[in-house]
Amino acid sequence: MPDIFGVPVVVLLGQIMLGLINGSFYAVLSLGLAVIFGMLNVINFAHGAFYMFGAFVTWLCLSYLGLNYWASLIVVPVVVGAFGVLVERLALRHLYRIDHLYSLLFTFGLALAMEGLFRYVFGSAGKPYPVPEALTGIFNLGFMILPIYRAWVIVASVTVCLLVWLVIEKTRLGAWLRAATENPSLVTAFGINVPLLLTLTYGFCVGLAGFAGVLAAPIYQVSPGMGSNLIIVVFAVVVIGGLGSIGGSILTGLALGVIEGLTKTFYPSGSTMVIFVVMVLVLIVRPAGLFGRET
Amino acid sequence: MTERRLTVANLHSWYGESHILHGAEFHVNRGEVVTLLGRNGAGKTTTMRALMGVLRKRTGTATLDGHDLLATAPHRIARLGLGYVPEERGIFSSLTVAENLVLPPIVRSGGMNVAQIHDLFPNLKGRDRIIGTRLSGGEQQMLAIARILRTGADFILLDEPTEGLAPVIVEDIARALGTLKSLGLTIILVEQNIRFAVANADRHYVMEQGRIVNEFTNEALKADMSRIDAYLGV
Ligand SMILES: Nc1ncnc2c1ncn2[C@@H]1O[C@H](COP(=O)(O)OP(=O)(O)OP(=O)(O)O)[C@@H](O)[C@H]1O
Ligand SMILES: [Mg+2]
Repeated sequence: MPDIFGVPVVVLLGQIMLGLINGSFYAVLSLGLAVIFGMLNVINFAHGAFYMFGAFVTWLCLSYLGLNYWASLIVVPVVVGAFGVLVERLALRHLYRIDHLYSLLFTFGLALAMEGLFRYVFGSAGKPYPVPEALTGIFNLGFMILPIYRAWVIVASVTVCLLVWLVIEKTRLGAWLRAATENPSLVTAFGINVPLLLTLTYGFCVGLAGFAGVLAAPIYQVSPGMGSNLIIVVFAVVVIGGLGSIGGSILTGLALGVIEGLTKTFYPSGSTMVIFVVMVLVLIVRPAGLFGRET
Repeated sequence: MTERRLTVANLHSWYGESHILHGAEFHVNRGEVVTLLGRNGAGKTTTMRALMGVLRKRTGTATLDGHDLLATAPHRIARLGLGYVPEERGIFSSLTVAENLVLPPIVRSGGMNVAQIHDLFPNLKGRDRIIGTRLSGGEQQMLAIARILRTGADFILLDEPTEGLAPVIVEDIARALGTLKSLGLTIILVEQNIRFAVANADRHYVMEQGRIVNEFTNEALKADMSRIDAYLGV
């Protein structure tokens, strides 16, 4: 096999694949963040904690209830989403009227509390979660070996992102959401229950973070800190894509995963900061983000 | 026989601390076109927003067909048949023309379908896929009216539909208003263009500093337009 800049193509493709997997998580999480910000004007710092929560519920379901991966794929987003609904109803809703800063501080505090609670109950060590039987094994692509589970993560995430994008951009419900983002009181005057729409949107996006948690359980160690490690990068992704741009956050998530993977190949020590370098560059050149609307 | 549809009495309303409506009192019968006239800042838009529940801080009574509007949740008011065409038109920039048109849910049977709407406003025909706010001001006004007609609302609040429009477009709006009237819809019209008001309405209320200070039948106003001049300061 040939080399590119002294790196074997096989290694390169492997890193791109790895990057796409990380990128899948960035995409699902930044999509949720972008929708929540667009609709509720809340910078949801608890998103990483909800993802961690999803992974833990997955692990708990298997360890204590004997619920397998496939059941978790359905049950966990619902449980985590329902928790999101409670959070919105009991707390966030009362903060919309005052400065954004309060909801940001609240979700930040919630993230710390959740992480602390899980650390207290389960300890810091990662919990292993087995890859579901049907997805064990590998694809031999000829140029590389791809574990089936990783291919599944990419396919499942991209599919979910596309579905959400389609619903928001192409359906009547999506039109309500977009309109409510722009002018909630007029949409209310047309007879739509906007507060309910906000609650459900938040619950859905939080459920999406829970879904990402299920996908992550067999790949990464299930641990209390898994969300806070990821969420900082995801915020950078949202900033690069442009706050409030749905399609943009999906594409940016995937692309930045790949960029990170490539950096790992060519300049390993730069891989942890490359996304932030991109963020700074984008902020200088296009402060509204790659896909954001300049105002 | 006249049937009372809307009764407003002692309506007060506030934007935060500033007290804007000071006991407005008026009524509208079935099938009537009634205007609210008055200077800038008199409280005409505020009255509409208070009725629609867009403005939440209000007291007094407002009953539509026996339903207490002030006690109705804002998202249920449209279901009572009340359709709102706001002063700023409220066309959504993140929606296409077609999406804007079908955004408000159907609240009653008997609304217009898209073909009938295109007959009424030919300007909107063939524009489905462009962004709503790319339409001209007049076309946006047509779209703002059209989307309410689709819902079957039979009591329409029209806030300055002719504001800033060219005379030919004003004619289109007048024609549309005539169609609505012939369909038996009940309408409150806020209007600065007094000739437009006289040409299209049955009755007129004059508003000043958040109160209704006078009422004219259209005949009375037509006979002597100068009656209104003192109020509008022309
Ligand atoms: N959002 C707001 N916050 C505070 N005060 C407001 C607000 N909107 C309107 N007002 C005040 O309420 C008063 C009545 O305004 P309103 O818009 O009802 O007048 P109007 O009769 O519709 O006038 P115009 O003919 O200019 O549309 C004005 O004094 C205005 O300054
Ligand atoms: Mg006004």
